[in-house]
Amino acid sequence: MPTAAPPLPARWPARLHIITGKGGTGKTTVAAALALALASEGRRTLLVEVEQRQGIAQVFDRAPLPYEERAIATGYPGTASGGGGEVFALAVDAEEALLEYLDIFYRLGRAGRALQKLGAIDFATTIAPGVRDVLLTGKVKEAVTRTVDGRRVYDAVVLDAPPTGRVGRFLNVTAETARLTRVGPIKTQSEGVATVLRSPMTAVHVVTLLEEMPVQETADAVAELQRLKLPVGSIIINATQPPLLRQGRLTRAEVRRGLLAAGLPADREVVTGLVQQAEAYLERQALEDSLRAELTALGRPMVELPLLTEGVRPSNLYDLARILLEAPAPVGRPG
Amino acid sequence: MTAMVESARPEALAPATRLDVDRLLADPDIRVIVCCGSGGVGKTTTAAALGVRAAEEHGRRTVVLTIDPARRLAQSLGLAELDNTPRRVTTVRSGELFAMMLDMKRTFDEVVAAHTDPQRAEEIYVNPFYQAMSSTFAGTQEYMAMEKLGQLRAQDEWDLIIVDTPPSRSALDFLDAPSRLGRFLDGRMLRLLAAPARTGGRSVFSLVTASFGLFSKLMDKILGAQLITDLSGFVGALDSMFGGFRERAEQTYRILQAPETAFLVVAVPEPDAIREADYFAGRLAAEKMPLAGLLLNRVHYSATQAIDGPTAIQASERIRAEHPVAADVLLVHARVLARAEREREIAARFTQAHPSVPIATVAAQPVDVHDIDGLRAIGAALAGS
Repeated sequence: MPTAAPPLPARWPARLHIITGKGGTGKTTVAAALALALASEGRRTLLVEVEQRQGIAQVFDRAPLPYEERAIATGYPGTASGGGGEVFALAVDAEEALLEYLDIFYRLGRAGRALQKLGAIDFATTIAPGVRDVLLTGKVKEAVTRTVDGRRVYDAVVLDAPPTGRVGRFLNVTAETARLTRVGPIKTQSEGVATVLRSPMTAVHVVTLLEEMPVQETADAVAELQRLKLPVGSIIINATQPPLLRQGRLTRAEVRRGLLAAGLPADREVVTGLVQQAEAYLERQALEDSLRAELTALGRPMVELPLLTEGVRPSNLYDLARILLEAPAPVGRPG
Repeated sequence: MTAMVESARPEALAPATRLDVDRLLADPDIRVIVCCGSGGVGKTTTAAALGVRAAEEHGRRTVVLTIDPARRLAQSLGLAELDNTPRRVTTVRSGELFAMMLDMKRTFDEVVAAHTDPQRAEEIYVNPFYQAMSSTFAGTQEYMAMEKLGQLRAQDEWDLIIVDTPPSRSALDFLDAPSRLGRFLDGRMLRLLAAPARTGGRSVFSLVTASFGLFSKLMDKILGAQLITDLSGFVGALDSMFGGFRERAEQTYRILQAPETAFLVVAVPEPDAIREADYFAGRLAAEKMPLAGLLLNRVHYSATQAIDGPTAIQASERIRAEHPVAADVLLVHARVLARAEREREIAARFTQAHPSVPIATVAAQPVDVHDIDGLRAIGAALAGS
């Protein structure tokens, strides 16, 4: 193990970063980029997914991940000589997590496998979805707090969490299990998880696009997380593009003159098409401005990531990681 | 809807045949249309738009069953809110349109009531397991959506039932959840757990007695004894209904396979949505369920083919000092071209895998749909008129 890693970046002070967002907003990409950012300067980072989608493997263009922590990338700036720490990845499976849990607490060994054959594990994690969530978040908590020889194994953990619609229930583990059981190890376990999730070591970040539904869901999620007393971190606006046509007046005559000056076709049809397209763009941009204002009103630190026009590639993730690292530090307290 | 990006549509998706949405909606032999696809692709809006068009243009008495609509959609239909009963939509210009929203818990209660006596039903309703399962069990929503579809079809009051499917994590859940829940409800584990309640704590299943003893002890340890008691009570109360659940799941499955049903896969030209659509098309074929076509929402088109992207970007730089507005207009054009090109490549993954599946597209709208005019416009765009 390397010598002690530097403190976490001022912009991202939490040790457990939970990334949620409406489906399709790119939360897995953002989670991967944040893991690369946190792994800069030699920090060891773990990137976790819990929905069996193999999203991490796809983002890094790798074969599907097993239920095992393995090194998947080197942190920003992407070369060992530049001081990037290792990023490990883990796809948590609820059944495997339950078996592991049984093994640790009950020394079950082979009997656990026998139960799995009988369908008992599937049964136990299906009958009570709250139990499944406690197992998944429990595994994440274990990784965050794990130590070897008195030193933390991971300096930071990034969780690619369920989407905004389900994240409140997913993280509100004690409430879900309390409905089913008032005593017993699952209850104790869920209380331990809840303590970590509600502590300053955790931050829940919401990824959104500048579109109506994702912004609405972001506002709903922030309100729900605050109600559940879970620490809300940043709002990350994904896939933005620099604004155009902020100045000057859009007229057919001006577009036509410009086309002629450039030696391009400037017949009626082309000019009409380009002007209509630009008008639609301006309408869209006005909507995006008002959506950005709605997000600002939520009072959380914001960071904008650019659209990756050629799709997500492992190399682009480092560009996003750099932007996340260089974003100005938040003012005020989380929550 | 003012500035919908028009024209230049033929270049998109050239190899596929165009889906004739109007013919589908007008066909009296089609009684059920199921809209499926991944979350966030506009399934609910599409289902509502198809409903408006079926009622207004084709005079079909139509009901739209939505799963989890934004409140805005209810408002766009002129309804204060949607509930578990079909409500008449009065904002349509002609024809009869009804809309409803699935209430998962209430539908489950109805199923219970239909399969057992009132006293048993009451016992079931208050059981914490029933409460947890009827509101949170992964798959309950899918199962109840299919249950509701079965009920509506059995009433035979509608010419056409349009179903929006739950925002499942994957298409698989939607098809599998009903049978999974059915399997679960009459599964071996539940019977094992129910056994102690019925035989005074001794399992009668000799084959698995040893394992069960261990299992039971474990469940006690992990979950607590109270929970096992509740669970046994729940299973005991549901015992009489086991057969019923499976039978109903199978009935609904047969409706889905019938020629009177048409599946529409809804997608947007984004990698995840297309991957789901591709998967779903393959799965429907394997299940012998009738796929009518792909509805592709939010497609971007460029206004002109006369100037290509690199040319636009170079020209923009040349004229920026003298003509800043025209320079930006060219950059907007380059962005739209790039986006349209990327979307075409992504959509081609579907058309190459399923060349015989017809497609209808809707151009991206600058703003979301907020009223019935918006739904009508989407319906018209789907129909290609």
